[in-house]
Amino acid sequence: MNFHFTEEQELLRSAFAEFAKEEIAPNAARWDAENITPLDIMPKLGELGVLGIFVPEEYGGIGLGHTERVMALEEIARHSAGLAMMVFTHQLGMAAILDFGSEEQKKKYLPDMCAGTCICGLAVTEPGGGSDVAGQKTAAVLEGDSWVVNGRKCFITNSHCAGATVITCRTGEDEKGRGTFSTIIIEKGTEGFAPGREENKLGLRGSMTGELIMNNARVPKENLVGEVGQGNPIAMKEIGEVGRASMAAIATGILRGCLEDAVKFANERIVYGKPIAKLQAIQFHVAEIRCDYEAARLMLYRAAALKDEGKPASPEFSMAKYFATDAACRDARKCIEVMGGYGVVNEYAAGRYLRDAMGCISSGGTGEIQKLIVAGDTMRKFK
Amino acid sequence: MNILVCIKPVPDPDKYGDLRIDPETKRLVREGVPTVINPEDKNALEEALRLKEKLGGSVSVLSMAPEFSRDKLVESLAMGADEAYLLSDRAFGGADTYVTSYVLAEGARRILAAKDLPRFDLILMGNASADGATSHVPTQIAEWLDLPHICNVREIRTGSEAGEAGAEDCSTLQVIRKTETEDMLFAVDLPAVIAVSREINKPRLINAMGIIKARKKPLTIWSNEDLDLPREVIGLAGSPTQPGALFSPDMRRGAESLGSEMDAAADKILEIVQKAGV
Ligand SMILES: Cc1cc2nc3c(=O)[nH]c(=O)nc-3n(C[C@H](O)[C@H](O)[C@H](O)COP(=O)(O)OP(=O)(O)OC[C@H]3O[C@@H](n4cnc5c(N)ncnc54)[C@H](O)[C@@H]3O)c2cc1C
Repeated sequence: MNFHFTEEQELLRSAFAEFAKEEIAPNAARWDAENITPLDIMPKLGELGVLGIFVPEEYGGIGLGHTERVMALEEIARHSAGLAMMVFTHQLGMAAILDFGSEEQKKKYLPDMCAGTCICGLAVTEPGGGSDVAGQKTAAVLEGDSWVVNGRKCFITNSHCAGATVITCRTGEDEKGRGTFSTIIIEKGTEGFAPGREENKLGLRGSMTGELIMNNARVPKENLVGEVGQGNPIAMKEIGEVGRASMAAIATGILRGCLEDAVKFANERIVYGKPIAKLQAIQFHVAEIRCDYEAARLMLYRAAALKDEGKPASPEFSMAKYFATDAACRDARKCIEVMGGYGVVNEYAAGRYLRDAMGCISSGGTGEIQKLIVAGDTMRKFK
Repeated sequence: MNILVCIKPVPDPDKYGDLRIDPETKRLVREGVPTVINPEDKNALEEALRLKEKLGGSVSVLSMAPEFSRDKLVESLAMGADEAYLLSDRAFGGADTYVTSYVLAEGARRILAAKDLPRFDLILMGNASADGATSHVPTQIAEWLDLPHICNVREIRTGSEAGEAGAEDCSTLQVIRKTETEDMLFAVDLPAVIAVSREINKPRLINAMGIIKARKKPLTIWSNEDLDLPREVIGLAGSPTQPGALFSPDMRRGAESLGSEMDAAADKILEIVQKAGV
């Protein structure tokens, strides 16, 4: 058993951290306050190699794995969870194309997506409830050479900036009359397709979240990703592994922000003539945040390592997502407590950490949904 | 243009607050303080890469350091250097600047022999290391190799940028050297050793593709078996410099309350200042 990153991974982490310090940290508060989606940083992240880090070189990527991918997300989310949200959802759509798309689709979309000049997304959630995946109403019917798509998706990250989005649509039903679904790539500018309302969110600001509306949208037949009827398994595999890994990484990045800011403040703030870091009550807050941060990292990187070894890791990612998100919510609160009145002043990032942590709760599936997955796995394995 | 860049791994200057001097051994306790490429050496490497992008040629990197510093050479390859050499041997340990420059100069000779090259056109270095800060080594290397040298350079111009002085064949460079009061313009015949200051450029950030490419670039580690330098001229034994006492100065300051009565306090301040002979 080896708990160390390789020399190369450490070098990658320091490259990501340095980029984040220079390009993200100075802007994160402004992106949050003004709800700015920093699209201009995407080509820079492309050049850094983050966007296509898990994509083979032949499609414009770097050819590394998901361990390196979540490492980059942790470093981005340390300073801006909102930007990390945009980056990961972009990668989520790319992963669907990479794992299930045709050779033509990979060649057509992935190089620009790796470069950050075309943004991607993955749209499943509908107004009828994100948890009820089988209840999706968006439907696609094959007419000649086109899919004709009708329906509405909501809470979709990159809704208004994506050049191409992978969407799930009902395309038939099984013998028991239950819907079967397919994944289709729909490009910006497609007739009958447009983004709808954009949400004004509590947290994860700086990433766009909004509706997609399909009104007799005609999509070329060859935009089908994978096989007809395989849409939900495709979406669930990517959300279950790539999506939840990313949410766990984002929450872990927030945890590190809480930890670093709490320690910095505790050392600088003088009360009773000495730094509050000397007070045991403050030390206990810091110790608790540290334990959560270390545990979240262990769960995250272990799950990512399993995936990179080609092993099933879905329950592990659910555990990591659930634990890290919950921990980020309670520890952002602790960070605020350590800072006293300053914790609620917006010049400090602690309040943003809390809002961003809350923003992580439902994306990638709520805590309840993660617990259902973990419970199902546990009931089998610990019988 | 074939360029050699010397780099030194140093404790991260941002973390100097964590460095301590062991009162017993008088050595720097580096435990827990991360190592980085000396900042000015990164400027030297960046300048070398820019010159190569403009003029072609190759960039080699050389360092004398313990073997755990290998990752710093990988980093310089990831930044864009073509090959790297690490001179690493217990026998090199404890070297002062005189011996360090000697071993580096011998390393440079050894690289040329291995590659069957007549010379490096340019040796670029940082002006000073963030930890030792003597600025001795660039000049000393140049002396060992019998090359012209110039330090504190904040700009290098080539070819047309340099007007008449810069022949397109790069036999000459124009450089601006800064002093405390003015800038001085020099035309330097190559080969030469040039030591640069931080304002010369902003080093590029490394990226994932650079790190992947670094996997395939040669990184050679040589011990003294390869250099074959006599024991008595290297390491601690060969170093003529004997450091005197090494201690952290006591920076505590005496504080005196002058009370809250303004005029009385002002009189007292005046008295103190006069007494101090200001
Ligand atoms: C910032 C953000 C970005 C997002 N980005 C995307 C995106 O890019 N693409 C996309 O497709 N979706 C996206 N989503 C949607 C997200 O996947 C859904 O919010 C999530 O699946 C939950 O769906 P819902 O919001 O409709 O809640 P609901 O499904 O309506 O759930 C409401 C409540 O009921 C509980 N609940 C539901 N079912 C069960 C059950 N079986 N047992 C116990 N409790 C249950 C839930 O836990 C929750 O507490 C995003 C959401 C957010 C907040």
